Amino acid sequence: MFEITSFFPRAVMQGVPLLFGSTGETLTEKSGNLNLGIPGVMYVGAISGVIGAFLYEQSLPSPDAINGFLAIATPLVCSLAGSLLMGLLYCFLTVTLRANQNVTGLAMTTFGVGFGNFFGGSLIKLTGSEVPSIALSATSSWFSRSLPFADKLGWFGEMFLSYGFLAYLSIITAFIASFIIKRTRIGLNLRAVGENPNTADAAGINVVRYKYVATCVGSMIAGLGGLYYVMDYASGVWSNNAFGDRGWLAIALVIFTIWRPNIGVFASILFGGLYILYLFMQTGENLALKELYKMLPYVVTIIVLIITSMRNKRENQPPASLGLSYFREER
Amino acid sequence: MLMNKPNRVPLVHISKRGAIKWYAVLAVRIAAILLALIVCAVVTMALTGENPLSIYATMFKGAFGTSRKIWNLCQNLALLLCVSLAVTPAFKMKFWNIGAEGQVLIGGLATAACMICLADKLPNWLVIILMIVSSIVAGAIWGGIPALFKAKWNTNETLFTLMMNYVATQLVAYFVIVWEMPKGSGKIGIINQSTEFGWLPQIGDYKYLLNIIVVAVIVIAMYVYLNYTKHGYEISVVGESERTARYVGIKVERVIIRTMLLSGAVCGIAGLLLVGGTDHTITTTIAGGRGFTAVMVSWMAKFNPVVMILTSFLLVFLDRGASEISTVFGLNQSFSDILTGIILFFIIGSEFFISYKINFRSRSEREAEKEAAQNV
Amino acid sequence: MEHKIPAVKMRDITKTFGQVVANDKVWLDIYRGEILALLGENGSGKTTLMNMLSGIYFPDSGTITIDGRDVVIRSPKDAFDLGIGMIHQHFKLVDVLSAAENIILGLKEEGGFDIQAATKRIREICDTYGFEVDPDQKIYNMSVSQKQTVEIVKVLYRGADILILDEPTAVLTPQETDRLFAILRNMRDAGKAIVIITHKMHEVEELSDRVAILRQGQFVGDMLTSTTNAQEMTNLMVGHPVELNIERPEPVDPKPRIEVKGLTVRDMDGVLKLQDVSFTARSGEILGIAGISGSGQKELLEAIAGLQTVEAGSIQYIEDDGSGEELIGKDPLSIAELGVSLSFVPEDRLGMGLVGNMDLAENMMLRSFRRGRSPFTDRKSPRKLAEQVVRELEVSTPGIGTPVRRLSGGNVQKVLVGREISSAPTVLLTAYAVRGLDINSSYTIYDLINRQKERGVAVIYVGEDLDVLLQLADRILVLCGGKVSGIVDGRGAKKREVGMLMTRLGGGNADE
Repeated sequence: MFEITSFFPRAVMQGVPLLFGSTGETLTEKSGNLNLGIPGVMYVGAISGVIGAFLYEQSLPSPDAINGFLAIATPLVCSLAGSLLMGLLYCFLTVTLRANQNVTGLAMTTFGVGFGNFFGGSLIKLTGSEVPSIALSATSSWFSRSLPFADKLGWFGEMFLSYGFLAYLSIITAFIASFIIKRTRIGLNLRAVGENPNTADAAGINVVRYKYVATCVGSMIAGLGGLYYVMDYASGVWSNNAFGDRGWLAIALVIFTIWRPNIGVFASILFGGLYILYLFMQTGENLALKELYKMLPYVVTIIVLIITSMRNKRENQPPASLGLSYFREER
Repeated sequence: MLMNKPNRVPLVHISKRGAIKWYAVLAVRIAAILLALIVCAVVTMALTGENPLSIYATMFKGAFGTSRKIWNLCQNLALLLCVSLAVTPAFKMKFWNIGAEGQVLIGGLATAACMICLADKLPNWLVIILMIVSSIVAGAIWGGIPALFKAKWNTNETLFTLMMNYVATQLVAYFVIVWEMPKGSGKIGIINQSTEFGWLPQIGDYKYLLNIIVVAVIVIAMYVYLNYTKHGYEISVVGESERTARYVGIKVERVIIRTMLLSGAVCGIAGLLLVGGTDHTITTTIAGGRGFTAVMVSWMAKFNPVVMILTSFLLVFLDRGASEISTVFGLNQSFSDILTGIILFFIIGSEFFISYKINFRSRSEREAEKEAAQNV
Repeated sequence: MEHKIPAVKMRDITKTFGQVVANDKVWLDIYRGEILALLGENGSGKTTLMNMLSGIYFPDSGTITIDGRDVVIRSPKDAFDLGIGMIHQHFKLVDVLSAAENIILGLKEEGGFDIQAATKRIREICDTYGFEVDPDQKIYNMSVSQKQTVEIVKVLYRGADILILDEPTAVLTPQETDRLFAILRNMRDAGKAIVIITHKMHEVEELSDRVAILRQGQFVGDMLTSTTNAQEMTNLMVGHPVELNIERPEPVDPKPRIEVKGLTVRDMDGVLKLQDVSFTARSGEILGIAGISGSGQKELLEAIAGLQTVEAGSIQYIEDDGSGEELIGKDPLSIAELGVSLSFVPEDRLGMGLVGNMDLAENMMLRSFRRGRSPFTDRKSPRKLAEQVVRELEVSTPGIGTPVRRLSGGNVQKVLVGREISSAPTVLLTAYAVRGLDINSSYTIYDLINRQKERGVAVIYVGEDLDVLLQLADRILVLCGGKVSGIVDGRGAKKREVGMLMTRLGGGNADE
């Protein structure tokens, strides 16, 4: 049966990693960097958190001795640090060394996914478990703790209060990002950097610094998407390749939202819904049909891509210098 | 307007290089690869505790140890090279086709469809011809769709082709369940295992030789196509400047669509070789990320089909070698991705030193300049 | 003069780009309360020098002193802090932002982000100097002169008292130029130091107090404008006495070749670019096209070349026997297939006429690569052609295997013109054929065009320098806002008369 109260929360939970990813990528793209390494960044964000949590849990005498603050702070800091390093790597190559952004991004995705699976696999081996996954349920229980009264308020609680804190953080981040881009001086400067770095530079804006900061902050936000996925959505269970193609979907979401993180809040839930719609469709015996439903988010993205390119409205276009590296003394 | 402290002279100043000799370019690239190999060795050492020489010995053994391994290497090389060749004309046109993965999958799917649905209904040779045609057509269509929209409305091709990968993956997933063998297993086993119906012929005793020959032919054909034909010239002009292309009467839309049809078609051939030639089955992961690796192979070779033999060899060697290390030292198979990533970062970064020059200057040098100026 | 302290002292400034020395030990002084004209030929290094003052480029060596203090200008921000503001020839504005947003871009002002307050200050500045700017208007909706005004306000808003303007009048109508000059005089009287980069002698004489001259990257001297004259300045600029006369042979057996009737063109945004344009271009004759930049010259040439969608009208190609072929609706390829030999030297040489990253031989192929039925390209004949062009037009290049973007502006143009006339055209379209070229290269190009005319080619020459048009063209068609405001005979036409036609419609379409 299709029930909105069970469908909606799952759509939200699917949407949160995408929202983190797309908010991060939007910030990055606003500075003119097309970071195709976001899938890799999200993997690194996830595995760094897992490593942090793993080491913390191992250091405890017994699982009951877990401290709530450290249980959250350790993976969080590790995850942010991991994705920050990835962001720095991308910036060093594309901004400082002015390398091709597409190639750098793809190489980072190869590296990041490999990095995640390698260390994930190694940890699994260390624990010597039977199943090819690693479970950090103690840490996860802190991440997925829902708001108070969630279970007392019936359907309302279930639909709006039942998520871990990272889910709310993703929404807050998206709105803050939106506000900064649209309504602050920093946002104005950032948009100028992405539109026309020559002009921004001549206006006294430090183009290199803006690109670095936007891309690194963007990567850190995106990395949180990976952390949310493994700690909350997957209940602390890491298994290789489970994160799948969500990183690419996050990049698609940026276009879908025409570079506006506030629209991303709703669009990510829509995408999350499309992503899991197959679970709720009545296909009876025909299991194959479910696979076709999984195609939906991609098909929808393609359609949006086509429509925005056809409408060709000035304000809805990608930042004009997206994908190009900047060298002041070019002539 | 007055400032508290005067600005200091920047320590490093970057400027663009003029023409640079070919041997300097080569030296920079080789230095980058050597440096990357050293870093790879250090990383591997840290993880395994072995000395770097024995690490590379192990890698070498993994790649060339037995004749089976050499064949395996060549086979992987051929397939990666095939996909890289496929994406190259598009890149030369500055059309960022990162949808090779999907185009290969669709080519493979078309091949598998012929093998499964036409089994024992038509003569074997006819089915093989149908497989070839359908895989090429399927790949071309998959590549042609984004091109059509790019040509007509300038739709962003990077993201379009990327999304087409996933549409292709789901299509394959759908058919895998439709054709699953045995029922309920969720996968297609070896197709026509007993009859070998629709399997591409084997040359002598060499299982992979056919693939290698086919790809070798494509290398030469692609080299000639890009460098010596009118089509190849049109692709270069469109890639450099669409306005110039229009100015001399090149129909840019037609070139974009034609080139992507070709790009997709060669990807389709790669799918045919994978499904009909080696694996004789189809899964959603059969392309194995080659569509993405191919982007880097092609870019590193500066879109030169012959140089691509070297760059794809480098990546395949690393992959095979690293997987040997993983087996020997009990590491995870993803180890090769990390090494590949490191090598790529170095090569990508080294381009900077080919196009730009770094001028260091010390402060004393600067002071001297000032004095000289004042003494004039 | 001696008692005044210069606001800016530049000493021994050197800047190289690859092998090109753009500035070689240049000295320059700039004073407050004075308008300095920085004069030099194209490529003499004027813009490069000023870009180092505004922080775009960093000098290889040399010192800069502002108000007696040694400074290092590493970035545009450093320049702002020193009160230096530059208005670039290519405007540095973000299209999708509004005027106000562009003006406050990059500033760190006290207090929060308050676009209202900024708008108010912008209005104040506008009132003080007499500008008209709508702070809320988006840049992409603005005309060139509006954009330039935004640039000036932007610099003033930042409190600049040393203003540099790079060829500010190139895109303005005479009236707009007058208004700009009045504003600049106002600012000078308010004690600001003003530098205007130009190569137009009459602007130097009309506006400046002092003039400094650069030649081939070197400083050749400065003087008070009142103590010099155009001939002396030109000689200093070029380095040797210049004969400023262009030859004009008599037309050879003129016959109608291109007949344009009622041509109307709109651009992508639906703006009318050409309206009811009619004229005839004859063989063996140079038809000059005059007009303020952006009056429809580009659209006119591209329409004839088959590169522009046309809303209405007809363009007939008339054969020697009088039969006509309609060119509208055909692309360059189908025009060539008709047997019409039409050559086009576009304004944007490296972005349209040539491919910068390809070598000379490959660029020669652009027009001819389709020849023959073979699927393969013929590499031999373009190489021969490239060698021939290099030899005959004295192109200075390391070889025919050099990418054309490495050549200097004059040599690039020789390659382009050489290719275009190699196909023995019957019609030659040229847009700003000598823009950015030094005087010697310019004369080579005039010569080449005259040789084509003598061969019986119908030449359509779009130019920006009226003096040249009046000396070179047999007839001059004047465009104003996309309409033909007059066609005058090149011999005996007065500069004033043509100048008037450029700014207002008059005289109708009567052929004289």
